[in-house]
Amino acid sequence: MTERVMRAEQVVDLFKVRFGTGIQEIRLTERREGMKKQPNYNIWIDMDRDLLKPAIQQLIDLHFPHFAVISGIDTGDTVRLVYHFSIFYGHPGKECTISFGVHLPKSDLTIPTISDLIPGAVFSEREKQEFLGVRVIDIPDSRRLFLPEDFPQGVFPWRKDETGIPESMVKNLYLSRRPTDRPSPQAEAKELCPLEGEEGSGEGSS
Amino acid sequence: MSGNEEKKAPYRVQIGPTHPALKEPVMFTFELEGEVVRDVDFAPGQTHRGIEWMGMRRNPVQIVHLTDRVCGICGVVHSLSFARAVEQITEIEVPERADYIRTIIAEFERIQSHLLWAGVAAHELGFDSLLHLTWRVREQAMDVIENLTGNRVNYGIVQVGGVRRDIVPEQHRIIEDCLATYEGLLEKLLDLFLHDRTITMRCRDVGCLTRDDALELCTVGPTARASGINVDLRQDYPYCAYGDLEVRAILPDQHLGETRGDVYDRIVVRLLEVGQSCGIIRQCLSGMPAGEITAEPKLAKLLAICKKARGEAIGRVEAPRGEAFHYVRMNGKEAPEAWKIKASSYSNLMSWIPMLKGEQIADIPIIVASIDPCLSCTDRVAVVRESGRSILTKEELHRLSVEKTRRLQI
Repeated sequence: MTERVMRAEQVVDLFKVRFGTGIQEIRLTERREGMKKQPNYNIWIDMDRDLLKPAIQQLIDLHFPHFAVISGIDTGDTVRLVYHFSIFYGHPGKECTISFGVHLPKSDLTIPTISDLIPGAVFSEREKQEFLGVRVIDIPDSRRLFLPEDFPQGVFPWRKDETGIPESMVKNLYLSRRPTDRPSPQAEAKELCPLEGEEGSGEGSS
Repeated sequence: MSGNEEKKAPYRVQIGPTHPALKEPVMFTFELEGEVVRDVDFAPGQTHRGIEWMGMRRNPVQIVHLTDRVCGICGVVHSLSFARAVEQITEIEVPERADYIRTIIAEFERIQSHLLWAGVAAHELGFDSLLHLTWRVREQAMDVIENLTGNRVNYGIVQVGGVRRDIVPEQHRIIEDCLATYEGLLEKLLDLFLHDRTITMRCRDVGCLTRDDALELCTVGPTARASGINVDLRQDYPYCAYGDLEVRAILPDQHLGETRGDVYDRIVVRLLEVGQSCGIIRQCLSGMPAGEITAEPKLAKLLAICKKARGEAIGRVEAPRGEAFHYVRMNGKEAPEAWKIKASSYSNLMSWIPMLKGEQIADIPIIVASIDPCLSCTDRVAVVRESGRSILTKEELHRLSVEKTRRLQI
């Protein structure tokens, strides 16, 4: 592990040179807070699926990254996975996050496992399998993670298409009333508020 | 769950799945040979509430109040992470005074969380008088949090663009009193925890996590620092007011001259961080800039800004247990297109496996508690031996742990 700390722009250039046309988009964002307005840098790289593992290997060669989590978005035709890392921790003010985005077409929702490079990632990979219906190839442990054992097969909570949570599975607790088969409470019944048919359209009043 | 084929060692023992104090109750399966843990497996998510799913159907102002309820102990870190992500997408500049107030609340939260943990750790070791002491002194931090935010938990202080309550000069004295109390107590707490013969025997070289394992399993916060990884977002990736202060990660070798990555080191890191938090709050109070506390006090306007926003951002905050991470993506609609929460324990749970392997049953409670998942979820254990089946309750497991302490003391 080399402990040479690079600036965020240098990391961006390195990835541009190394992966060239395989990178669809590369962005560098910064955020400054407090009185001194010290910057924090975030690098976002959208790349081809095949480049994901070489890119992570490149990160490991720079500085063993801290892997945070994989985010997933159902964009309609594709599922976009975003692998979030951070590098150069341990150097005050120098840490930057780096996020690798890959688009998986819904006809082929597969992605190789990265747990051979970063063993801790298997946790998040298991979660993506059950929440988005992505198949992680060669995952060492493909069991469910958070969803209960009796959760129906083929339903993926974060999908926004027909495989998402059907309306029949949603329990709108705010619509529930007091059960009628129980003894009535000691206190007098309160006047009920009228219920709107839908969730608030949310034009600001709260 | 276990068939007849499991009559021979190693025995499979299950612990879990739920305990009311855990935000993510966990089901453990241990493979035991005698008293020794040979292998461990766990299944989280026993009460997954689908908060992310709910959030993707609500607007950011509503979600902020949902984030308050992600965790019962970390009342501010999730709302702060989420708000910081949305502020980056909408390009809202948070007033400097709000950055300072956010920092003060976050540090008080760290103090109360670490003291809560220290009490739990003492209890797991059978040292209940120390539990009562730490939880009694923790109350003062809770009182100050209530004074500042109006609530002991679910503070409701953070809003996208700033905070919802100011800290007025009359409150400075209350905060100062509290800091003085803790600074006076810290030496005593350190002495009680670190120089007690029993605690040392139970925690030294127990539940070790090597630096390499800690790195590869992506651990965060005190768990990572106790294994010698120099990582602390307040130092590495300064947000809110931390960039103005000189915050440095606390590592066990600074205090003890070496790093072993055991339960003892985790106690050291957390207790020293209580003192560090007092220092940070004091610096924030003396350097707090005047001005507004929110960028946009009108919620309707704030929502209109959020509704127009497009883009993605990460909000990261150093929670008491390590990095809290929120990814938000907005695409010009009222509700975010994607929202992913990564709580700190999400990153730390995998480290249980190397920590627990090779340890004794009586050490399970303290090791499980040592990464601070709030409490060990040791509520029920079924031991299958021969054809007989017995249930070990949480109380019995706790008794085993206490008995081990007694044995060591003789």
